[in-house]
Amino acid sequence: MKMRTTLGAALLATTGWATMAAAQTELSMWYHGAGNPQEAEVLNHIVADFNASQSDWNVVVESFPQESYNDSVVAAALAGNLPDIIDVDGPVMPNWAWSGYLQPLQIDESTIENFLPGPKGYWDGELYSIGLWDAAVALVTRQSILDDLGLRTPTLEEPWTLEEFNAALDAAKESGNFEYALDLGMAWTGEWYPYSFSPFLQSFGGDLVDRDTYQTAEGVLNGEEAMAFGDWWQGLFANDLAPGTSQDPAARETGFQDGKYAFSWNGNWAAMNIMNTFEDTVFLPAPDFGNGPKIGAASWQFGVSSASEHPDGASAFIEFALQDEYLAAFSNAIGLIPPTTSSAQMTENYQDGGPMAVFYDLTEAQAMVRPVTPGYVVQAKVFEKALADIANGADVADTLDAAVDEINADIERNAGYGHTE
Amino acid sequence: MATISADNHGLRLAVRYVVLTLIAVIFIFPLLFMVMSSLKPSDQLLRDTASLRAFLPVGDIGFDNYTDAFSRAPVGLFVFNSVLVTGVTVLLSLFLCSLAAFSFAFLKWKGRDLLLGIIIATLIVPFETIAIPLLLLVSKLPWIGLEGLQFGWLNTYRVQIIPWIADGLTVFLFVQYFKDLPRELIEAARVEGASWWQIYRRVVMPLAGPVLATAAILKFLVMYNQYLWPLIVVQQESYRPVMVGLQYFFQLDTAWGEIMAYLTIITVPVLAFYLVMQRAFISSIASTGVKG
Repeated sequence: MKMRTTLGAALLATTGWATMAAAQTELSMWYHGAGNPQEAEVLNHIVADFNASQSDWNVVVESFPQESYNDSVVAAALAGNLPDIIDVDGPVMPNWAWSGYLQPLQIDESTIENFLPGPKGYWDGELYSIGLWDAAVALVTRQSILDDLGLRTPTLEEPWTLEEFNAALDAAKESGNFEYALDLGMAWTGEWYPYSFSPFLQSFGGDLVDRDTYQTAEGVLNGEEAMAFGDWWQGLFANDLAPGTSQDPAARETGFQDGKYAFSWNGNWAAMNIMNTFEDTVFLPAPDFGNGPKIGAASWQFGVSSASEHPDGASAFIEFALQDEYLAAFSNAIGLIPPTTSSAQMTENYQDGGPMAVFYDLTEAQAMVRPVTPGYVVQAKVFEKALADIANGADVADTLDAAVDEINADIERNAGYGHTE
Repeated sequence: MATISADNHGLRLAVRYVVLTLIAVIFIFPLLFMVMSSLKPSDQLLRDTASLRAFLPVGDIGFDNYTDAFSRAPVGLFVFNSVLVTGVTVLLSLFLCSLAAFSFAFLKWKGRDLLLGIIIATLIVPFETIAIPLLLLVSKLPWIGLEGLQFGWLNTYRVQIIPWIADGLTVFLFVQYFKDLPRELIEAARVEGASWWQIYRRVVMPLAGPVLATAAILKFLVMYNQYLWPLIVVQQESYRPVMVGLQYFFQLDTAWGEIMAYLTIITVPVLAFYLVMQRAFISSIASTGVKG
């Protein structure tokens, strides 16, 4: 009898699952995390929870390697083959929305009221994407280095000024203990340049583009403040304070731990390795170059493709994923910054007193999103080239003027990228 | 006098061997670096790059990078996909391009030279310029399979094979080789009453070993190294080839040891193929002056 009951229950359960699966509408999702098993595990867990939590939708994930993810999405958009849910890098989102790859999210925005600003993907007044984490950079060093060089430890309330920062670099160089005073990560190309270095320009008072109109870079990328930034930037390399564009990638990976550099401008994703090497690792806030200390913001975010015939289901999944337990799970798995205070308290590293809690505070206090415009994808590449050229000795004024011309020509070619005054 | 001549000969031989040895070392060092690095942990690998240790199996040696590489990505699947796509494409390409070349070399028909000129002219068209139009085309092409009529070739093996079967370089190689064959052979076969198909199969192709090897190796390398095309036409892991798979290893904290292990694994089919074909390949280069 007992056996019969068990078999009956199993049959019922199997039939139930089969019926539920058959009734569920499939939602395809593309994700950039192929090759990252920890990230995949968390995402698959969320997807499994969502699929089991309701009977309308069944999300199926296809993962792509991050390096080629954007090209795959653009090609699929051209071929009319986009999935329902895609993830998108925050600064790229306006371009994809403007290009018609994305549609606005249908989620209750009160859900994200308490989110850090970086993960919220607004374009043209509408929410197109939302991130489950943010990322931050800091000036990494050791307390013993600060003490040996006789330097004040800067704080969020009182970061180093330009003069203090320059003096710190000079002191490190004159100590003779390091190959270079500062590791900027010049070996990392691509988005690293605009993400991590444009905040320096913005702290000087310049920018990639005039954010009032997004119609020109004139005066902001080649104005007085930008020129001051360019001269300072070039001085870092001309005075042998930092390795330039020929930096060995291996030195970027382990140079600070090997004692080659006194300071390293690096992200929270690299923090754990460094902390494991030095017990007295400290993460210092960005210096204030005159217009407030700044660091970059916005990482990968979820959005709904314009091709989706089920934006309600796709949005339902994204809203489901925004629960604190999942935000904390992602943070614990891959070390990125949870987007809410409540989820931060659920993590090992970002809770009050946690080893990386400083990054949450840095993001909250200093983060500035990159220009929210479809033209950013071009502006980022122009800025990257200009910075590399200046680092290699190009004339600052000529280089920035040329960059402005290129950005303005691109904006004009694209009829202003749809910005309304 | 004779002694001096023998000394000169010995010296020349010694110099030749030294130069050849140096060249061999230069070519073998990158491979050696790759294999040795694949056996070392990432931090040691990076430290060793500054010295000759990079080329030696010293320090903390093991196969962890290989097991980690297989955990990170479906390496076997990627290799299988690449070998399948490459193998089928090479075979079909050799057959169809040699048939076309046979026609260009031995048959007389209207517009033959003009068409050959057009085919050879395609060599100067970079693939990047036609990638998007080709993508739009294949995304809408019909196909009749087990599931009936379908439209769109994306996410299939055929989309990685069919567009690459015929190409100007392979046709050109065969045409050049066929034109150098003694015409008397063809004429004798015709006198004997052989059909064109019989001449192709029984006279020409048995003599075409060197050019077959050259065309096969060149095609193999092109297909095995495919990146852009599979990147834009394949959105499912189950059809991804090795070069797109390489991107799995470039994370924020790049696993260099695993990358070297992956590269070592995916180099094996290339080396094996070359070793099998090398005698015919060298013979072909020597006889035609074609450089790969």
